[in-house]
Amino acid sequence: MTEPIMLTVNGMDYTADIEMGRNLLSVLRIEIGLTGTKEGCDDSECGACMVLLDGQPVNSCSYLALQAQGKSVTTVEGVMADNELDSLQRILLEEGGVQCGFCTPGVIMSTRALLNRNPSPSEEEIRIGLSGNLCRCTGYAKILSAVARAASDG
Amino acid sequence: MSFAIAGSLDEALNALAAGARPIAGGTDLVVGIRQGKAQLPTSLVAIDRLDELGHIEPSDRGVQIGSMVSHSRLMVEPTVVSNYTALADGAALVGSPSTRNVGTLGGNVMSASPAMDTGAPLIVLGGVVRLQSAQGSRTVDPSDLWTGPGQTSARADELCVAIDLPPRPAQSGSAYVRLEYRRAMEIAVVGAAASVTLADDGTIIDGAVALTAVAPTIIEVDGAEALMTGLLPDAAAAAIATAASEVARPISDLRASDSYRRHTVGVMAARAVDAAARRAAGEEIAVPVNRAIGVGAPR
Repeated sequence: MTEPIMLTVNGMDYTADIEMGRNLLSVLRIEIGLTGTKEGCDDSECGACMVLLDGQPVNSCSYLALQAQGKSVTTVEGVMADNELDSLQRILLEEGGVQCGFCTPGVIMSTRALLNRNPSPSEEEIRIGLSGNLCRCTGYAKILSAVARAASDG
Repeated sequence: MSFAIAGSLDEALNALAAGARPIAGGTDLVVGIRQGKAQLPTSLVAIDRLDELGHIEPSDRGVQIGSMVSHSRLMVEPTVVSNYTALADGAALVGSPSTRNVGTLGGNVMSASPAMDTGAPLIVLGGVVRLQSAQGSRTVDPSDLWTGPGQTSARADELCVAIDLPPRPAQSGSAYVRLEYRRAMEIAVVGAAASVTLADDGTIIDGAVALTAVAPTIIEVDGAEALMTGLLPDAAAAAIATAASEVARPISDLRASDSYRRHTVGVMAARAVDAAARRAAGEEIAVPVNRAIGVGAPR
């Protein structure tokens, strides 16, 4: 048995019919076709599935899609403007904060929320802001330096 | 199967009376379902948008905190940070920023995990849980609410709507410290909360201690007040360490053995008493206290 759903993602409205237990992640990827958001652990541990819900980072693997109705969902696809990389995306690439890239969409969403709330975070605040995002490649140092540079570059 | 987003508390209570289960942030329920530990209820009512449950209201009777207040808000709310600091310490340790954004105080309380980070703080601060159903409302002490891991004495049609915390006496402080193996996405290996009130000469005149993850529910150290009264904080912390280890009934699991938990819960309890006493004496120790004096503190 399915329920109709309407989701507002990156400023656009999408409709689908889904089962009640579907998580937001699977609806974004499969029904809407926005595959930038990744499934890692499916357990709220790794942060690869991070999206913004009314501007706040949320693990979309552990959030019911039906519950996101009426809220504004932002995915990594919503960060770019005019097909150009956002400054944070560009700096992550320049600093070597991206290797395999699987964690990167989640890192970008957590960082966007952090910098929107706190435009000049301390290193400790950056670490806390990214504490829900695991990266198995970079060792984090280059991600942290990229976020610090993105903050200082505005 | 049905899913509804409640527009009012009455709507939510009527849905519960008709057999629906409530969902707030879903951080326990949805993860549990996906891991196969919980079943998706056939009928769900989302309660996270109820403004009636999102308040933090100080009054001469203390403060009432609505059940839908998020951990992100609790850990920075001035009233909570200044007067009910142990609760802010606990909220700041829950999961990660994303978990804290959607996870709520009411959800944490009603999930009844023996490892919950807000439970021991609520006990030492004298919190009571306000439950409401279509039939009426009642308050219940946390120690009567939590009956086992994931189990409460609340009826299925009752919703946790708020937590009431009594006013804090002058020269009081509180703290929650936990043993953790990493700084984020962690649950307490063991933990302890303490509340302490000091006399002008620096001795303790009142206090309470509660323990996390060493029994089927959060437990209070009975007699903690009598043990600490008349002592300076250092001596009180040492006495509480022994008492906490004695009262603990921990299990062995993947995360720690029972004997390790029994020992370390004493260490955490002593650190909680120490931090609570320092705060009672007016020292500013940032939330969460774990980062300032406890596990993971910078050297």
